[in-house]
Amino acid sequence: MNRTTKDTLMKSLTGVSVLLILFVIVSILTITFIGGWRYLTWEFITEFPKEGMTKGGIFPAIVGTALMTLIMTVAAVPFGAITAVYLAEYASEKSILAKTIRFAVKTLAVVPSIIFGLFGLGFFIKFVGLHLDNFLYGGELHWGQPNILWASLTMALLTLPIVIVSVEESIRTVPYETREGSLALGATKWQTIRKVVLPGSITGILTGTILAISRGAGEVAPILFTGAAYYLADTPHALSDQFMSLGYHIYIMSTQSTNVDDTLPIQFATTLVLLLLTFSLSMVAVVLRYRIRKKSASQ
Amino acid sequence: MKDIKVSVKDLSVYYGTNKALNAITMDIPDKKVTAFIGPSGCGKSTFLRTLNRMNDLIENVKVEGGVFIDDVNIYQKNIDVVNLRKRVGMIFQKSNPFSKSIYENIAYGPRINGMTQKKKLDEIVETSLKQAAIWDEVKDRLNNSAMGLSGGQQQRICIARTLAVNPDIILMDEPASALDPISTAKIEELIHGLKKYYTIIIVTHNMQQAARTSDLTAFFYLGELVEMDKTRSIFTNPAKKQTEDYISGRFG
Repeated sequence: MNRTTKDTLMKSLTGVSVLLILFVIVSILTITFIGGWRYLTWEFITEFPKEGMTKGGIFPAIVGTALMTLIMTVAAVPFGAITAVYLAEYASEKSILAKTIRFAVKTLAVVPSIIFGLFGLGFFIKFVGLHLDNFLYGGELHWGQPNILWASLTMALLTLPIVIVSVEESIRTVPYETREGSLALGATKWQTIRKVVLPGSITGILTGTILAISRGAGEVAPILFTGAAYYLADTPHALSDQFMSLGYHIYIMSTQSTNVDDTLPIQFATTLVLLLLTFSLSMVAVVLRYRIRKKSASQ
Repeated sequence: MKDIKVSVKDLSVYYGTNKALNAITMDIPDKKVTAFIGPSGCGKSTFLRTLNRMNDLIENVKVEGGVFIDDVNIYQKNIDVVNLRKRVGMIFQKSNPFSKSIYENIAYGPRINGMTQKKKLDEIVETSLKQAAIWDEVKDRLNNSAMGLSGGQQQRICIARTLAVNPDIILMDEPASALDPISTAKIEELIHGLKKYYTIIIVTHNMQQAARTSDLTAFFYLGELVEMDKTRSIFTNPAKKQTEDYISGRFG
């Protein structure tokens, strides 16, 4: 084969790969859109499921997903950000503790999400929950069963690596000279971090947060055993209540429903809502990240 | 030499096992400009950074000997390094304003030291910018980001920022090496005006700059202090042959 033919062949090959990926994304979007847009009405978003979940809306699943994501964020972001500050600012490059944390974060990031679900069941519900119940209620079940708190905390563990990595990266974009400038004025290390480093990396912290949210909002496996419910007549009112979630709703509608064909439009419309939600969150993250890049390039 | 501000006794600095400075002993007078010259890697910047303990931030640095500022050894155990750095300000080679407004850059130092009165802060910002000869250029845009200023202006903002915490000593690590001749002239003029109130120690690659701005000059070579004298004597009649060779451009 001569060089020019090889060149053309390689070019076509890269083109085909790109088209293949585009095809997948476009098909997903088109199929869900065509299947679901008719059903996507105001009532669908604001009403409870009706008639054995073959009619009505997905309001409790939207509320459940939102609440779960909120609790997850409140747990994962501060914890992750503080870890990132430790790794980027306090840990010495050679410290064994820092190396161990980095290794743990990397490992955590590749653990399959169903394992997180099992861990949540074993640790939060069977261990923490049951012990709390024995201690507080003399064994009466309150916390030793699936609920929105345990599900959110399990999801927080799943999203923790995303938060840690993106916050640490953005902290490192603050130039060393800027820190020196602050320290040379008699600022303590913590003052430097709080007033110069963190404000300088706020966009990165936001990006990490949003990436974590969009990941957590769509995941099902971690909440399967830890708090998601098949059907509830009400939205959760306490941390010890179970909740409905969009991802889990799609799963049960397509596999567990009494009449899968009847619920097809609901499945499509629910998928559409979930996709719109996670896509728009990722878009915000992309825009924020673009702004960080622009900022660090101009320095 | 009367009124010694900084007295360095037998100071050696190691990076790991590598000796960067060997047994430096020198006295630096109060309210004068002292210049450190020497070829790259001679230890002059390392030496400057021992004076406000900026070297503490680098891992694996070991300091032996003593640095006495107003007769107190800054390397003794009970020294508050944060407080020391407030008294010994530093201007860096690469201007490093915070990505905050001009006003916030200057107010940063007083604020972290607990100043909260808006009126007092306004006053400090204005006098510091005036002292750093940049007030007229920025007085109408104090709320704009300092990152939008030119390199020379940024460096004067950094000087103003240091003046705002009212130090006794100002260390300058090649403050004009990244600037054009006009900005350099402005910085040099500024140094001349500031020495009435502050003890200034400047590291420079530029021998003309040392000759123009300083009262005393110290020549470093390979981690040793070769010679220190009045600037005029160093440049017209150096005692050591090495100094003469360097100044006349025979090496370095």
